[in-house]
Formats: sequence, structure tokens, C-alpha cells
Amino acid sequence: MTSREELVLERIDRARRARPRVREDRITMSHGAGGKATQSLVEAIFLDAFRNPELAPLEDAATLTAGGTRLAFTTDSYVVSPLFFPGGDIGDLAVNGTVNDLAMAGAVPLFLSCGFIIEEGFAVADLSAIVASMSTAAATAGVRIVTGDTKVVQKGKADGCYINTAGVGVLAPDRDLGVARARPGDAILVSGPIGDHGVTIMLARGELDIEADVVSDTAPLNDLVATLLSRVPGVRALRDATRGGVATILNEIAAAASVGVVVTEDAIPVRSQVRGAAELLGIDPMYVACEGRMVVVTDGAAAQAALDVLRAHPAGAQAAIIGEVTDDPAGIVRLKTAFGGTRIVDLLVGDPLPRIC
Amino acid sequence: MRFVDEFRDSEKARALAAKIAGLCEPGRQYKLMEVCGGHTHTIYKHGLEDYLPEQITLVHGPGCPVCVIPMGRVDDAMALAAEPDVIMTSFGDMMRVPGSNGSFFDAKARGTDIRMVYSPLDSLKIARQNPDKRVVFMAIGFETTAPSTAMTVLRAAAEGLPNFAIFCNHVTIIPAIKAILDSPDLRLDGFIGPGHVSTVIGCRPYEFIARDYGKPVVVAGFEPLDILQSIYLLMLQLSRGQSIVENQYSRVVPWDGNPVALRAIGQTMELRPYFEWRGLGFISHSALKVRAEYARYDAEQLFSVPGVRVADPKACQCGEVLKGVLKPWECKVFGTACTPETPIGTCMVSPEGACAAYYSYGRLSRTRVKEASRT
Repeated sequence: MTSREELVLERIDRARRARPRVREDRITMSHGAGGKATQSLVEAIFLDAFRNPELAPLEDAATLTAGGTRLAFTTDSYVVSPLFFPGGDIGDLAVNGTVNDLAMAGAVPLFLSCGFIIEEGFAVADLSAIVASMSTAAATAGVRIVTGDTKVVQKGKADGCYINTAGVGVLAPDRDLGVARARPGDAILVSGPIGDHGVTIMLARGELDIEADVVSDTAPLNDLVATLLSRVPGVRALRDATRGGVATILNEIAAAASVGVVVTEDAIPVRSQVRGAAELLGIDPMYVACEGRMVVVTDGAAAQAALDVLRAHPAGAQAAIIGEVTDDPAGIVRLKTAFGGTRIVDLLVGDPLPRIC
Repeated sequence: MRFVDEFRDSEKARALAAKIAGLCEPGRQYKLMEVCGGHTHTIYKHGLEDYLPEQITLVHGPGCPVCVIPMGRVDDAMALAAEPDVIMTSFGDMMRVPGSNGSFFDAKARGTDIRMVYSPLDSLKIARQNPDKRVVFMAIGFETTAPSTAMTVLRAAAEGLPNFAIFCNHVTIIPAIKAILDSPDLRLDGFIGPGHVSTVIGCRPYEFIARDYGKPVVVAGFEPLDILQSIYLLMLQLSRGQSIVENQYSRVVPWDGNPVALRAIGQTMELRPYFEWRGLGFISHSALKVRAEYARYDAEQLFSVPGVRVADPKACQCGEVLKGVLKPWECKVFGTACTPETPIGTCMVSPEGACAAYYSYGRLSRTRVKEASRT
């Protein structure tokens, strides 16, 4: 490599390590997309103001100790449009999402809260349907919704209905999962085909005139996680691949543990319908959200055992080992393409934008 | 996936790569330009450069539609979008292109009604649904997207839709290639011809490149094997001292193009005397405007557009990158002041832009990636 190029790469690395800043005067949609813009918003605005040891790791759930018991605590808001989509609705999404955030910490999810923001004029029948599916999802996941809040806003001030859920779970005394624990030689797995939820939502919006036989993967992962953790020692980190998709999680691993990540495109399960739709839209399934899939980092020696356990469970039947953790180049995720080349998989700035041609 | 996977076969790629390597004369350096941004995207997405010998360098050309839009036109579009009762519609990758006062995304956050569409025809739907608003479509792109804009104008005219117009920024590829060929600081050995553009204009318009400039042209498809095969065909011509136009993408590109699409363009649009290209400056007869007969669909006629020329930011070297004189990382601001989050130049905005593609996919040099991949 020429020294000039080396210099430039170094400069970029420095720029990337610099403290994130929000340069914009106003919030744009990019700040909510889960990529770099979201990251700088969280770190520069929220983390800066709330700084404390529980928040600092920025994991899916905070780990707390109260009265000698270890707890996991998390919250998430749901603003999906459309509210009803093939394979689910905002209700089961709101339960499964929070259950999964607790499960990713290795916790047993127990109790959820729910807050509704409802737009004036919203159909009561729709609200009942959403609440019914929340109730079913809670029963499936084995959690109870124990407190809640309702607000109604004027027509036009919200899009139908938004839901916030928070959740509490208990953590075993010795449980310590986190992406910062990844180390060279570890294996990376996904629990099933990726991108189903995001593509389903894009198509359900009806703006694209593309039809495909694909449904959301929204599902609780706590039972899968409990089974995995009880049978396989050596699991280091779990992350559900929601907003930003698997690519974002892999980048979080590389950044948090200061390691390299290399994944093999051929090994990553993607349904052909999802691949086809993504191909047509010019987006990459690696960045598309899932709502019932997780990325697992395990000790390399435990990879096969983890795969067997995942595959034996209905929620992980199509799990796969997709790659490994390396020591170099730190902070960078590489993809061995099916074509036989290699490329970098970076964080997106905002939402994946469809290309013109 | 059918019709895709067969064009991504790594065994065929290896075989082609060996043939390409075999055609390289010892000691000779080859610079091939892929004109189209879609090709740049494929090259990075699939890691295609890993298959090429060090002697072959791919130069990323000017065929990225959003990359060549000058700042002044973005500002004009913003001014249009800020007119009372206007809804601006735009393709997705235009949304982040910076004008002198931010991008469409920023304007949207300030309350301007800008909506992303996947097809210009979607704008008609929005116009029908909002009869009390005026819908302006930000029309951009080469001959690839111009026909769909033309069809949209024709459809609007057939329906007598009163509240739809386009802000026409369509450009044509041939004058840009000619400008590059005439640029004194350039040395190229051949061209990977734009596939999508050629589905419309055909292969004939490239004949002057082979005839007058002695450079081979191979019109290529967008799958990685298409590009690799086109490189092979270019190298074959170079090894024989030949320069002709070949059509690798014959499964889609007819030699004479698409007469229906060309007619639609000709019916609704005509050449501008000149148009400014980002980084390349003014190029004569290089862009399209709405014909007088369709003036009622021409936002430049219906509204007063500021039309102020905004000089490219001083530090920005998009022009040199577009001409292939500089590699993206050789630009003064690459990766520091100019990143995908805060693009200064348009090459950093679209994933098709040479700089954005290099930043997100190719930042590690070929050797370093290869070394790391072996471990």
C-alpha cells in the first residue's frame, strides 16, 4: 500500500474515533434509522447528559442490582407503519421487541409496562385487535403486562397509535453477556434467515407495487436464549438484529471489542423472496431489520454445539454459523462475497436509500 | 435466485480472472473506466477488484446521476420546494445531496414537504390525491431515467392533470464521455460502457470513441461476471491493438437502443444549449429541458427559479475524481471533512458515487484485504 493511502486511512480512523457530534440543527429521519446518525445522537445528546455506569455499556438492556437480585431493564417504542402487516402487528412487535431486549442480556423476562399514544379518531376495533395480540404475545413469551398509561392526542399529531413498552427480567448471578467480550477466534451465528421483517414492512406499505410471499419474523427469543445458555457454555454475546440489521450488530461487535469481524455471504441465510425484493429495491438484506432473529457470539470451540442447540429449537431451525472474530483489522467488518471478493460492511448513515438505477 | 446467481459464480470468475491476467503485457499499466455508477456499485459490492491483477486499475466515471448535479440546481430545487403549496417528489438517493443550505432531508426536517418516490409515476398519484397542491418531481438521471420522466409528462398531459410539473435535470452521457476524452490530464485505455443507458440509446453512439479516439468500448451488464467478462473483452481488444464497440449486455441492450423510449424523450424534451456538471463544469448540449409544447409541466417555466450558480466548495475535488484523475482517497478532504455522514461533494452521497463506494466498501487496499483474508 502506498504511504499516501496509509496516511489517509489513518486519518479516517482518527476521524472515526473522535467524539461523536450532532452537526445538524434539526432531527432528520436519519437520526432514527439505527446507523451512524443514531449512534452520534445517542452518544452526543443522551449519553452525555445521563452519563452513569449502568447506561455506559449501551447494551440492549441495562444490568442493575437491587436487594441482592440482578435485574435487566429495558424500554423501546414502536411506531411501525402500517400497524398491521403480514405475520404480525404493532402489538406483538411491542411485546416481542422488549422481551428480546431482555433476553439478549441473558435475563429471564418477567414483567412489562405499556404506554399507548393514540390519535384522535383511531378505530376502537383496531385498538382491541392490537391489545389482543399483545396479550397473546405476552402469554407466549411468559411475561405479564403489569402497568400502563394511555394518552390521546389530536388528529394529525400521531399516526394512528404508538406503543412504548418497558420490561424487567432477572439475571443469573454469573451471567455476563456483552459484545465487548468478543475475542479473536470466536464464532458468529445468526438464529435464522435475515431481513424478513424489514422487507415485509416495506412491501406492506404498498408504495412499491411489489408482491412477495414474505411475512414478518416477529417472535419472542427468550425460550431460545434460555435453552442456548443452559446447554452451551461459552456464549459471549447476544444481540437481536432489529433496526440497522445484522450489519449494524457486526459493526457494534467490531467496535466494542476492538476486533475484526469476517463473515461469509454464502453462509448468511436469506430467503429468496427477501433477496429478490432487496435486489429489486437496491438495498442490502444485511441492513434490513429483523424482529425475531439474533446474532450470537460464542467461543469458537462451542460454535457447533451452539448451532445444534439453535437448530433443534423451532425459533432457530435455520440458524447458521456466518463468520468469525479476528484480531486484524480491528473495528472493521469484512464480508467474503459469494462472488469470491471481499468488501467492508460499514455502518449506514441513515436509512438504506433505494438507488435510482 | 434465478437470473442472478448464475452471474455471480465464483468458479467462472476465477477462470475469467486467469484469462485476464494472461492478457496483461509485462510492465504495462492499464486504466479502464467504468462510466456508470451502477458498475462502480457492483465492483465494490462484490469485491470484484480482488480478481484483477495489480496492472489493471478501474477508474470510476461520471455516470452517477446524483453525483453530477451541481449545487446551484439543488438550491433551485429547494427554492421550488419552498414555494407555497408545493409538494416536491424525489428519488431516494437525491435526498442527501447537499446544496448550499443543506439537503432535501434537512429541508424536510425544517417542514418543507418533500417526499421520496420510487417512480416518477408515483408523483402523479400524489398530484391526484392532492388537487389543492402543486406537485413538482425532481427529475434527474441519464437516458436511463429520462424515458420514465417523459412517459410521466405524457401521462399527465393525457389526463389533463393541472397540478403536476417536473424540474428537469436530465443529462446525456455522450457529451460527458467526450469531455473526459478531451481532458488533457487523462490517460485511459478503454471504457466499460454504461449498460442501463445503452438499453435506451443503444451502442451506436459510442462508435466515435473507438473510431476517433482509438479506445475500445464494451457495453456491460451489472452482475459481477458481466463486468469481469467486459474487462476480459477490453483486454482482448487491447492485446490485439483493436478498438471497436462490443455489446456484452446483449441480453438486454439492443444495438439500436429502444426507439419507443427515445421517441418519448424526443417528444417531451430537447437539448439545452449547455448545462453545468458538478466538477466537470459547463458542457454544451449535455442536458435536457422540457419542450415548449409541454411548458405547463415545466417547473422552470411555472415558477421563478433563482438559477444562481454556486461554485463547488474549494476543497472539493469531485471533478478530478469524476474524470478519474484522482482516486477517491487522493482527494484533499476524503474521509475527514467529507464523509458519508457529512458529504461535501456529491461523489460521497450516493452509494454509486466513487467516494462513497470506496469509503464504505473499499477502504482497505487490495493487498491488505487479501492478507487479512488469508488469516
